[in-house]
Amino acid sequence: MAFLNRNPQLNQHGELQHLLTIEGLGAGMLRHILDTAESFVSVSEREVKKVPLLRGKSIFNLFFEPSTRTRTTFEIAAKRLSADVINLNINASSQSKGETVLDTVDNLAAMQADMFIVRHAESGAAHFIARHVAPHIHVVNAGDGRHAHPTQGLLDMYTIRHYKKEFHNLRVAIVGDVLHSRVARSQIHALTTLGVPEVRVIAPKTLLPAEVERMGVQVYYDMPQGLKDVDVVIMLRLQNERMRGALLPSAQEYFKSYGLTQDKLALAKSDAIVMHPGPMNRGVEIDSDVADGTQSVILPQVTFGIAVRMAVMSILAGSKQ
Amino acid sequence: MKIHIRGGRLIDPKSGIDEQRDAFIAAGKVVALGDAPADFHANRVVDASGLVVCPGLIDLSARLREPGLEYMATLESEMQAAVAGGVTSLVCPPDTDPPLDEPGLVEMLRHRARNLHQARVFPLGALTQKLEGQRLTEMAELHDAGCIAFSQADAPLTDSNVLLRALQYASTFGFTVWLRPQDSFLARDGVAHDGEVASRLGLAGIPACAESIAISRILLLMKETGARVHLCRLSTRDGVDMVREAKRQGLPVTCDIGVHHAHLSEMDIGYFDSNCHVIPPFRSLRDRDALRAGLMDGTIDAICSDHAPVDDDAKFLPFAESEAGVTGLELLLPLTLKWAREAGAGLPLAIARLTTEPARVLSLNKGMLAPGLNADLCIFDPDELWKVTPRALKSLGKNTPFQNMELAGKVKYTLVEGHVVYES
Repeated sequence: MAFLNRNPQLNQHGELQHLLTIEGLGAGMLRHILDTAESFVSVSEREVKKVPLLRGKSIFNLFFEPSTRTRTTFEIAAKRLSADVINLNINASSQSKGETVLDTVDNLAAMQADMFIVRHAESGAAHFIARHVAPHIHVVNAGDGRHAHPTQGLLDMYTIRHYKKEFHNLRVAIVGDVLHSRVARSQIHALTTLGVPEVRVIAPKTLLPAEVERMGVQVYYDMPQGLKDVDVVIMLRLQNERMRGALLPSAQEYFKSYGLTQDKLALAKSDAIVMHPGPMNRGVEIDSDVADGTQSVILPQVTFGIAVRMAVMSILAGSKQ
Repeated sequence: MKIHIRGGRLIDPKSGIDEQRDAFIAAGKVVALGDAPADFHANRVVDASGLVVCPGLIDLSARLREPGLEYMATLESEMQAAVAGGVTSLVCPPDTDPPLDEPGLVEMLRHRARNLHQARVFPLGALTQKLEGQRLTEMAELHDAGCIAFSQADAPLTDSNVLLRALQYASTFGFTVWLRPQDSFLARDGVAHDGEVASRLGLAGIPACAESIAISRILLLMKETGARVHLCRLSTRDGVDMVREAKRQGLPVTCDIGVHHAHLSEMDIGYFDSNCHVIPPFRSLRDRDALRAGLMDGTIDAICSDHAPVDDDAKFLPFAESEAGVTGLELLLPLTLKWAREAGAGLPLAIARLTTEPARVLSLNKGMLAPGLNADLCIFDPDELWKVTPRALKSLGKNTPFQNMELAGKVKYTLVEGHVVYES
């Protein structure tokens, strides 16, 4: 119990050993990652988009759940750091043969892996793998169930800092399916850690987790009220399967109450930015006019995502064993 | 075999004895407490000075994993664990593979257990065939085969009409029905208490009302049918309040909690410790405190181990994928003592929750020490510290959130029917 309550992401020197969740990381650590990312943004703008920091390192993209976008950005980030990247989509191969997650991980570790980028449908899967790998192997959580998606949270913070400069004077609204969203959880931890004084979540009661206010957010059920005077609007993806159960009656009704339109956005500050972790459901959670509008920073988010992932990987690779 | 147990602090909650007194055992029975009977020549003298001598513990829920689940544990291993924990009688739930829904299975289990000459095994029969919640089992036949009561274990019984009929039928014969109160729709897919921690960790939650709604359905059907019900493993404050009120109204209801629930809360999940994946889930601190209050005032009759040995392959998995359950037989006594010390409950009350009270739930003439009764005894050192490690546990289930912690309370001798079946 004692071991499991210790922050498993930090080594004995207080350095980042794994990146599993934003929770428990200090503001200094988060700023260090963002600052490092800043230095990598220029790499992506050069003609030769490579630095030799991770030359000779093997990075395994271990995706137990399908994803193209996240996997690709991790792959690009690793390659720009000159690492060797191996992509594995596990759900198709060994899982169906009854091989356990640990068997898979042990086998790959035996192939001299240095870093695992893990995506898994179960909350806690990245923690689980991190607990079992040899101490020289680093684990980056690329999304586990509903729990965390820390690199997405960090790239969102990078984007906010890029446009708003400071965190301590902001009002941020997160809109949509917080209940099922690992992205929202990571954003909330990051925003509160970095000192954003007012984080709002806007959603119907069916899409909010129990006692969500204990995470340091203010709850709004009414979207126009919740958007009033905010600096940042973060829209969450609403998956179609949510309409099948008893959570929501229809996509149409959801869009009417919680979809972001130009009219609703006008309630926020005039210089508010609009973010979305992608992929978007146009006409469900966000209107195309807004998604492609002048306040949208959705595409820059993707660009910054590569620099942030480069920063995370280089910091992990540099930590002592 | 005549045994003289000398110099121990004898605690018998039933008679109210709590003083230094010797015990004399012959032919499987207690023959005297205090002074030796005339012509008593002991074959063996057990020195119990500094130790507590009490009735053998009665555990209202221990999974032995037989038949069908021997890869997790076997009857041999778990019966050893039982006596090492001071448990002399245990109730095993019917959630084996196949479930205990036929007399032959029950007879075989009892026969196997009897031949081991360790703890006594009292199986619960399945309430419905295959535990599917649809058709009643042959309860009278199962009772004749040795089932002490009838239960759905953790299998859902969603159809209220089936529950009504099951209660009517069981009460026709005077059988008690054991139910773990949980609305299976509200609990669907959940793996942790629906609260702060599950929300933070992104684990699917089981709301507290999944328990209280189920209890209200059961209590109303008890009024309708006159059936006697034992509620298994309460976990919520509302649940305790409802049982307290039902008892005040005179309904024939009893209940228990798993001993881990007297200590742990959702917070103990930490960073996804799958040893804290249990059924029902560890709930909020407020709920845990209500369980403790219920133990003090008698709303909660008994503490059980809810022993569920799980092998490493099934436990070392991401939280939601891991098999639920904790190993408990050998932790039942020390964790109950820990509660008693922290709550200021005193040893006699703590021991009552493990002996007299579970015997009353079972309507068994056990859980007490008196001349003429079977000599089922537990002799333990209440203060001796031991460390919970895989090696220290006889059970094949090493799955416990108390791994590597030191606990006070060590069983020294366990006697079943006048035989020393365990000594440390």
